Amino acid sequence: MTRAFALHLGVLRAVLRRMFASKLAGFLNILVIGIALSLPAGMYMLLQNAQGLVAQLSDAPQISLFLEMNAKAEDVDRLHQQLAQHPAVAGVGFVARAQALEQLKQSTGLSDLISGLEQNPLPDAFVVHPKPGDAQSLDRLRGELAKLPGVKEAQLDSAWAYKLEALLKFGRMGVLILASLLSLALIAVTFNTIRLQILTQHDEIEVAKLIGATDGFIRRPFLYFGATQGLLGGIMAWFIVTVSLLLLNGQLGALAQLYASQFMLHPLSFGDSLSLLLFSVYLGWLGAWLSVARHLSQIGPR
Amino acid sequence: MISFNQVHKRYPGGYEALKGVSFDIAEGEMVFVTGHSGAGKSTLLKLIAAIERPNSGSVLVNNQNVGALKGGALPYLRRNLGIIFQDHKLLFDRSVFDNVLLPLQICGFDHRESAKRVRAALDKVGLLKREKANPIALSGGEQQRLCIARAIVNRPAILLADEPTGNLDADYAREIMAIFSSFHQVGATLLISTHDESVLQDSGVRRLILKEGVLQ
Repeated sequence: MTRAFALHLGVLRAVLRRMFASKLAGFLNILVIGIALSLPAGMYMLLQNAQGLVAQLSDAPQISLFLEMNAKAEDVDRLHQQLAQHPAVAGVGFVARAQALEQLKQSTGLSDLISGLEQNPLPDAFVVHPKPGDAQSLDRLRGELAKLPGVKEAQLDSAWAYKLEALLKFGRMGVLILASLLSLALIAVTFNTIRLQILTQHDEIEVAKLIGATDGFIRRPFLYFGATQGLLGGIMAWFIVTVSLLLLNGQLGALAQLYASQFMLHPLSFGDSLSLLLFSVYLGWLGAWLSVARHLSQIGPR
Repeated sequence: MISFNQVHKRYPGGYEALKGVSFDIAEGEMVFVTGHSGAGKSTLLKLIAAIERPNSGSVLVNNQNVGALKGGALPYLRRNLGIIFQDHKLLFDRSVFDNVLLPLQICGFDHRESAKRVRAALDKVGLLKREKANPIALSGGEQQRLCIARAIVNRPAILLADEPTGNLDADYAREIMAIFSSFHQVGATLLISTHDESVLQDSGVRRLILKEGVLQ
């Protein structure tokens, strides 16, 4: 076990030595991989942030029912019961018009203005919490509730959040397409790097085969090279994304202050970072494997 | 140890290198394969290492039909053979030491044991002082001896040498032959191809004479 480990370590050491022997070419490869991966990773990060924002705002979609100004107490009670028994409704809260005015005073700082009003301009209202459903079923419910007697208007508060959610889905598909294409680019870069290496090590491979090297032995350093290059490319991508985030957050801080908001972009989570690295290692390995499978058999003997 | 039975080898293009060759070599025997260039000497050696495969007939090494070996088994056959190639096949991107180390790396020896064996092999061929040199800096005779060191470092039971004295002057050739004799004395089986008459004189060694692919 330890001997096998030492062998693999030896291969890895040789691979790293080879990688650092050609500093510029190696660095350029890693940079290309890093940039290729940073685009989808960065977009993914932005989407995650938007996603978080949406989740915060549309946590529980609710429908506000505003009643006629002249609604009587018994009508209100009847409506209350009707709503509570409705199969698509999870809960109902009643906001009396006086209470609503009080809330408005406290929350907006317009108390002086409001106190000056001759009469309360606000109607009685129900806040309906629907059972979870998609945007369409919520909209249907809203239409249904709007037609109830005594109801003047029904507003679905989080309709825009659903639209944003749909937009995010669109964005995620875009990221997926971009990630697939750039993954292919990464595989191609590795494929070509390994192809060149195999060409320059033609003699070594031939001799090794002649004196009893297994295919695994010959393949191993190339696979390690591909995986290591992928890993370094992934780390490069992570740094590109993270540094960009810091730069953006610097500007965003000033912008958010103007809107009296605390909004900041969150960096890639630990799990996402790990996924990024594992994925880039895997792609490097795959590119190397394809290249080795394609080119090794061309070097004799069998 | 090595047994050919009615072996035919025809290369693509129709050239017949070996025509119905049969012979046996016992364990610990030393045998010369002689004949003019193109007589099939190299082909004969390549068949033993399964670098080429016979069109018909069988080649047995250690009672194993090497012509029928699957690709995955070839490396393990070749590890039992020490091969000295006609064109040396030395690697010029590494030192003398590392050239000899390669077979041990392939077999997965640990570092300390490998270094010991490499130095022992280099000592046997008189190259111990040149271990840090690049093979390109060695003379023809030294390169040939390096080749031998690489072939024996793994202590194979069978040594195959293809024209080991090919381009060497008589003194170097005698030196090389002396090294082979010493391996023979410690029990290795040797098969050496040569067209060099000078090394064949006065040796009472068994000879396989090939003429246009036929054993005389």
